[in-house]
Amino acid sequence: MRLNPQLWIGATLTAVFLLAALVSFAWTPHDVTALNIADRLKPMGPTYLLGTDHFGRDILSMLMVGARTSIAVALVAVGIGIGLGVPLGLLAAANRGSLLDEIVMRGNDLIFAFPSLVIAILITAVFGPSAVNAILAIGIFNIPVFARVARGGALSLWTLDYILAARVAGKGRLRISLEHILPNITNLLIVQGTIQFSLGILAEAGLSYVGLGAQPPTPSWGRMLAEAQTMIYTNPALAILPGLAIVAMVLGLNLMGDGLRDLLDPRVRRARA
Amino acid sequence: MLRYALSRALSLALSLLVASAVIFAVIEVIPGDPASYMLGLNATPEAVAALRDQLGLDGSLLSRYLHWLGGMLSGDFGTSYTYKVPVSELVAQRLWVSLPLALYALVLSTLIAFPVGLIAAARRGSVTDYGIMGATQLGIAVPNFWFAMLLVLVFAVNLRWFSAGGFPGWDAGLLPGLKALTLPAVALALPQASILARVMRSALIETLGQDYIRTARAKGLSRRQATTRHALRNAMIPVLTIIGLQFSFLLAGAIIIENVFFLPGLGRLIFQGITQRDLIVVESLVMLLVFAVILVTFLVDLAYAAVDPRLRRTA
Repeated sequence: MRLNPQLWIGATLTAVFLLAALVSFAWTPHDVTALNIADRLKPMGPTYLLGTDHFGRDILSMLMVGARTSIAVALVAVGIGIGLGVPLGLLAAANRGSLLDEIVMRGNDLIFAFPSLVIAILITAVFGPSAVNAILAIGIFNIPVFARVARGGALSLWTLDYILAARVAGKGRLRISLEHILPNITNLLIVQGTIQFSLGILAEAGLSYVGLGAQPPTPSWGRMLAEAQTMIYTNPALAILPGLAIVAMVLGLNLMGDGLRDLLDPRVRRARA
Repeated sequence: MLRYALSRALSLALSLLVASAVIFAVIEVIPGDPASYMLGLNATPEAVAALRDQLGLDGSLLSRYLHWLGGMLSGDFGTSYTYKVPVSELVAQRLWVSLPLALYALVLSTLIAFPVGLIAAARRGSVTDYGIMGATQLGIAVPNFWFAMLLVLVFAVNLRWFSAGGFPGWDAGLLPGLKALTLPAVALALPQASILARVMRSALIETLGQDYIRTARAKGLSRRQATTRHALRNAMIPVLTIIGLQFSFLLAGAIIIENVFFLPGLGRLIFQGITQRDLIVVESLVMLLVFAVILVTFLVDLAYAAVDPRLRRTA
């Protein structure tokens, strides 16, 4: 396998954040819920590596737990998209031209036309701001994305000879979809999953920035930024660090997505060669 | 072309109908009585009854939906509970901040993306190309509200070239108004420009590889002439699509950016509506934004059907 720098940089960045999020379950340098006013707004130093916020909470610890919040929200939202979107897309492709196919595709067009952020705001506004509602709001928009990818990938496979052979052998559409189509579109789904994951991180940051994501005391990158905004004149570092975390995480996922596409999608590979 | 336009218009109307039903349903599923939800815990039974009456809550689900829909079609978006003025009046005021902001950002994004994408495509594989691709990769990863904060930090806090927020109103003159919108517009435009530049680059590279470009070169056009006369025009279809889509991102993005810069636009209005539980404002504004986005998508569809006759057949 040819060394793919994009993939490796992306995977490394992603792995760092995943690791930080996992470690935060067992250990953080300091307790993120304990307020320590005596140590408020400390600069970077040996005790608090990245300093403290206006409540004396350790920034590094908050970033670690924030990574956990972001990743959890984005990952479950991708899960919703795959869990509902892929079966829909497969069914639509297996019954091409049917009423179901038509409904799935029209429904997709419709959701694509919606400004997702506005709807996410509507959902969280009505059902109350929480991490779970943020997941739902982001996840709903992942469903049509995965349905479209699955349908597109499946449609091109249905024309192939080995599918015809399977049909001649007497296998039903459902069984062919599961046994032959699904394994062959996994690559496409992995690449799309990475992209939606990174969009989910951005969406979660936006929602929690406007106060519609995970609620205090659960740290989240977006809310850290919102809180830092009022202190931007005196403590700019507080406004910079969580932003850098978001950028690094999203950049890592995007690079990994591009790298995976190069690696897994033979059409791109041939085009580049 | 007329047939295509009609079929698109039909699907536009259908989209709007479904969208309105979805938004209405989301508001409907609020647990309990919307009137008491909006008025809070200390409401008197008379106030709740009065609001229920105003909202028409005693009618059936269908009649309420039709009433709301009919009202919007005739320009009546209801009356804001907290401001005690028609929502249409609030929207009219705020629109003059949000719309110029979104358009300003759209113009900036296009002005940045076109030359950048063009240069990257023309020098494909060069150091310049890699530099541009790296920069756009970064631009896509930056959340616009954070970029907005960085802009405030640099240009308002340190350099003091711009104010950190607020809007003087268009009465203060065109330039002060535009100046107040400049940092927000730049913040909105950067991620969009990054995406657009990448689309521009790949669309151009794709068209530059076509046979008609080789023909154009063979008949004696220079590389530059072939690019500007033939490739650029044909690369416009995906680029136009993305510009159309971006308008929706910009309008929605404006909601968050307006909060960073304390701009009195539609975005601030939505959030005020949410915190004050003014569901009439929230419901109508969301519908309006969705309408704007669907309308723009429709116009883009028509625009590129006009540019490329091949697309009319897929209707």
